[in-house]
Amino acid sequence: MANIFKKTKYVKMNVVSKQEAPSVPSGLWVKCNNCGEVIYKEDFHSNLKICGSCEKHFRLDSSTRISMVLDEDSFEPMDEDLQTRNVLDFPGYDKKIKGLKESTHLNEGVVTGTGAIDGNKVAFGVMDSRFMMGSMGAVVGEKITRLIEKATEESLPLIIFTASGGARMQEGIISLMQLAKTSAALSRFNDAGGLYITVLTDPTSGGVTASFAMLGDIILAEPGTFIGFAGPRVIMQTIKQELPEGFQRAEFLKEHGFVDKIVARAEIKETLSQLLMLHGF
Amino acid sequence: MKAWDRVLNARNVNRPLSSDYIKALFDDFVELHGDRLYKDDAAIIGGIATLGGMPVTVIAQEKGKNLKEKVRRNFGSPNPEGYRKSLRLMKQAEKFGRPIITLVDTQGAYCGLGAEERGQGEAIARNLMEMSSLKVPIITIVIGEGGSGGALALAVADRVWMLENAIYSILSPEGFASILYKDSTKAKEAAEVMKLTAQDLYELDVIEKIIEEPGAGAHESFEAIALNITALLIEEISVLKAMPIEDMLEERYARYRKFL
Repeated sequence: MANIFKKTKYVKMNVVSKQEAPSVPSGLWVKCNNCGEVIYKEDFHSNLKICGSCEKHFRLDSSTRISMVLDEDSFEPMDEDLQTRNVLDFPGYDKKIKGLKESTHLNEGVVTGTGAIDGNKVAFGVMDSRFMMGSMGAVVGEKITRLIEKATEESLPLIIFTASGGARMQEGIISLMQLAKTSAALSRFNDAGGLYITVLTDPTSGGVTASFAMLGDIILAEPGTFIGFAGPRVIMQTIKQELPEGFQRAEFLKEHGFVDKIVARAEIKETLSQLLMLHGF
Repeated sequence: MKAWDRVLNARNVNRPLSSDYIKALFDDFVELHGDRLYKDDAAIIGGIATLGGMPVTVIAQEKGKNLKEKVRRNFGSPNPEGYRKSLRLMKQAEKFGRPIITLVDTQGAYCGLGAEERGQGEAIARNLMEMSSLKVPIITIVIGEGGSGGALALAVADRVWMLENAIYSILSPEGFASILYKDSTKAKEAAEVMKLTAQDLYELDVIEKIIEEPGAGAHESFEAIALNITALLIEEISVLKAMPIEDMLEERYARYRKFL
C-alpha cells in the first residue's frame, strides 16, 4: 500500500530507434523491430530489406543499392583511393576510419561512379550509413563534387541517393566547407542545364539536408525516411515540447512541400527510368 | 590566449552587435523586410545603404540588445524565412549591381518545429547554391559567433573576414562536446581542438583576413574597429569591382573547391 502514490515509471521510447537493423536471431528468422512480425530471413532479403508485414524500409548498403538500381555490371566506380585526413588531429579518428575501411570494404561514406539505368548512362552516387553514418567530411564532399563535375563535363544526368547523419564533426570546419563546395558545383551543373535527381533514404539530415540533398530538380524519398536539418533530440531540447507523430518523416516533408514523390523501394528503378525518359534520355 | 577565452569574448554581453556595425559602417540605411513567402524574420536585418557613397546591400544576423529584443530576434537564430529574405535581397542586389556585405553573428540556424516544417535545410542549401554564382561582389565579416550551416548560409563570399575574437565552427563547442565526448559540459576542451578561432581559420585558409580588436575586445575598441572595417571594405570592394565577373566567380568557386 505504501507504494500506491508512487509515480509509475514509464519506459521512455527513443524518437529515432537506434537499432535500425531488425534483430537477427541466429537462424532462419528475423523479427521486424517496427511491427514485431517474425519474417523468414530469405524473404526479407529477397524483398530488398522491406518488412512484408508493415512495409518498413530498412537501411540498405551501397552495393545492394547499386545492384538494385543500375543495370547489371554497368557501374564503374570513381575516386576510390581518396584518403581521409585527420585535420583536427582528433584522437582515435584515424583508427576509426581504418577499422571501418576494413569492415565495410569502402574508402569512405559515399560510393560514386557512372552506370546505366535501362541503358541510359548516369552519374551515380550512393551514401552508405555503415561508414560513420554517411557523414560528410572532406572525402565525401570531394567525391560528390567530382561526380557533379563529371556529370557537368559529360552532360550526364546526376542521381544521388542520400543517407547521412550530416557533417562529419571530427573534421570540424573543413567538413562545413563541403556544404558550400558541393552546392557551388551543383550551381554550375544547374546552369549547364543538367538534370539532378536526389533520392532521400533513411536518414538524411544535418549538413547533407542543408546542401546537395535538397537541391535536386526532383526530390524523391523512400517511405518513412527520416529527413531533417536538426535532429529530434535537439529540437525537443530547444522547444521543450514533444514532437508530433510522423514529424520529419518523408510523408511529413511531402505534405509540407519539400519532397516531390515518395517511392517504394521496389519501384525506384522504374521511376528513375521514367523520369530520365521524360527528360529526353 | 586560449580558444575558450575567444568563445567567451565572442559571447560577451557587451560585444557590439550587427545593429551597431550597421550604424557605424554605413550611411542612409533603409531596412527592407520579409521573404515574400511567409513572414519577416527579425533574426536577420537586411537592407540597402551607402558605404563611402556607394550603394550596397547589407544582410546581418542580429542577436538583440535587451531581453525583450533578444526574444523578438530569436537570439539571432534565423528561421528559414530569414534565409529566404536574405536570398531575396541578394538577388535584388544582383539585379541592381550592388555589392553585398553580410555580417555573421549566430549560434546557428534555429532548431525548432516550425523551422523544420518550413524547410530549414532547403533554405540554407538554396542560399549556398545561389550565393556561389551571384554576379556581384560578396564580403562576409564574422563579428561574433559563426555557428555552423546557419552562419555559412550568409558566408559563401569572395572574401570572408573575422574579428580577432570571433569564432566560426561546424557546431557550438557545447554541441561538439555533446556529440563527440557525450558530455556538453566539456565545451571548454572541445573549443581547444575545434580550430574555431580567427587565427586557426586563417591558417586553414578558411578566411582571408583577421580584423584586430585592440584592448580587451570589440566592446572596448569599437570605434577604431569600425573605422578600420569601413576602410577595408571600401578598398576590397574596389578590387573586386575591377575584376571581370567571370574571374571573380571562378575565384569564388575555387575558394570553396580547395577544401579536401
